Amino acid sequence: MSPGAKITKTQEMVYEMKVGDVMTTDVITVQAKDRMSSLRDVFRENRISGLPVLDGERLVGLISLEDFIKWLADKQDDCPVRQKMIEEVAYAYQDEPLVLAISSFEESGVGRFPVVDSDTGRLVGILTKGDVIEGLLKKLEIDYQNEEIRSYRTDHLFTDLEADETTLTFQYLVKGHDLKQAGTSSSRLKRTLNRLGIHPDVVRRVVIASYEAEMNLVIFTEGGKIRARIQPGEVLVQVEDSGPGIADVDKALEPGYSTAPDWVRELGFGAGMGLVNIRKCADSFDIWSKPGRGTVLKATFFTEEDKNETGRSCKYTRSGSDIGPGKPQQRGDRRLCKRSA
Amino acid sequence: MTLDEAREILEAEVIVGSDLQDIVVEMGCGADLMSDVLAFVKRGALLLTGLTNPQVVRTGEMADIVGICFVRGKRPPQETIDLARENDLPLLTTELAMFESCGRLYRDGLRGCSERTG
Repeated sequence: MSPGAKITKTQEMVYEMKVGDVMTTDVITVQAKDRMSSLRDVFRENRISGLPVLDGERLVGLISLEDFIKWLADKQDDCPVRQKMIEEVAYAYQDEPLVLAISSFEESGVGRFPVVDSDTGRLVGILTKGDVIEGLLKKLEIDYQNEEIRSYRTDHLFTDLEADETTLTFQYLVKGHDLKQAGTSSSRLKRTLNRLGIHPDVVRRVVIASYEAEMNLVIFTEGGKIRARIQPGEVLVQVEDSGPGIADVDKALEPGYSTAPDWVRELGFGAGMGLVNIRKCADSFDIWSKPGRGTVLKATFFTEEDKNETGRSCKYTRSGSDIGPGKPQQRGDRRLCKRSA
Repeated sequence: MTLDEAREILEAEVIVGSDLQDIVVEMGCGADLMSDVLAFVKRGALLLTGLTNPQVVRTGEMADIVGICFVRGKRPPQETIDLARENDLPLLTTELAMFESCGRLYRDGLRGCSERTG
């Protein structure tokens, strides 16, 4: 990673993160009606240089160590804190982007901002430059660890293997009507994809599609296969069975159309959303089915996020027709769909 | 909010899971239709449901949800509990009905899946 990229990452983080993500929530405060003399112990015990002043739970001012020393030096009366506090307090909202608070630090020269809830005006925390740095470092550490795990795994499988092109194929056998095991294959596929370092968002799309397809195999067929082919840039999932087939593929692709029996609905499935979901998750989707012969479903997922539309169609053409039994486009009922980006 | 805060709001009992205060709930979802969960729920959601079969846990696993809370005092069968343990997915149960559970969480600031982008 170049130094330039790191700066961009930090910039991205300060826009993404909210004040509430990094602030200290355990805030020491005083009430406006408290006496000035009570501050001595608070400042001494906590070794802090400024305190938010509250009226009930609402922020009404700020009193600094400097204000307190001045009060001591002037030997003034033991008045309520309200009379010596600064009323014009710069504060930050819990839900504002961190970047705004950082520029406020720069502009105002203030060392800390009380943080208030934008709806209620209640004090919810305090933000110092130290909190900002600590928060950013923590986030960087987490991101860095995730990145390291990802690149380590991917390196091993795709870069270290000596070939002009590397493709991995995993096959899972799904038993029909075996409800206890339903989902096991997709669960195993998920762990495999995670180990390969595929981006979690892509993994999620792939396994939601494969799980819906797996449920279809369990519910409607005597069993079938889920095959996942992984190569740089894409994951292709092919699910096939040898019966009973879908009589009307067009209808089956309509949201809400279902032929599922009641016991399936009791499980929370069979609402006629399975194929619709699969299509929604995939970057391209292709289904062929013939009653009595079976069903072949292919779904492609691009693993690189920055593919433009042209790139997508090219990839589709290349990968759309080179696997699977027979030539589905010549027989049966076939529907080809692309995911709207 | 954290999963532990959600548990408190729902007065729920923990069936599976520990360190709930370290788990962040990004949004909530109430559904008995697992296909709806798979279609509309985003990563980081808490699922409230009246279904207790193992497929609920499977669905949670696939959709990257952070916890499941059964409503109306329902208790899952052992196979559901076993699967949740295996997948490290927290399970809670509340006496509250679905509507009330969702209402309480929403009132206390948890948003729905359609209100969260990304």
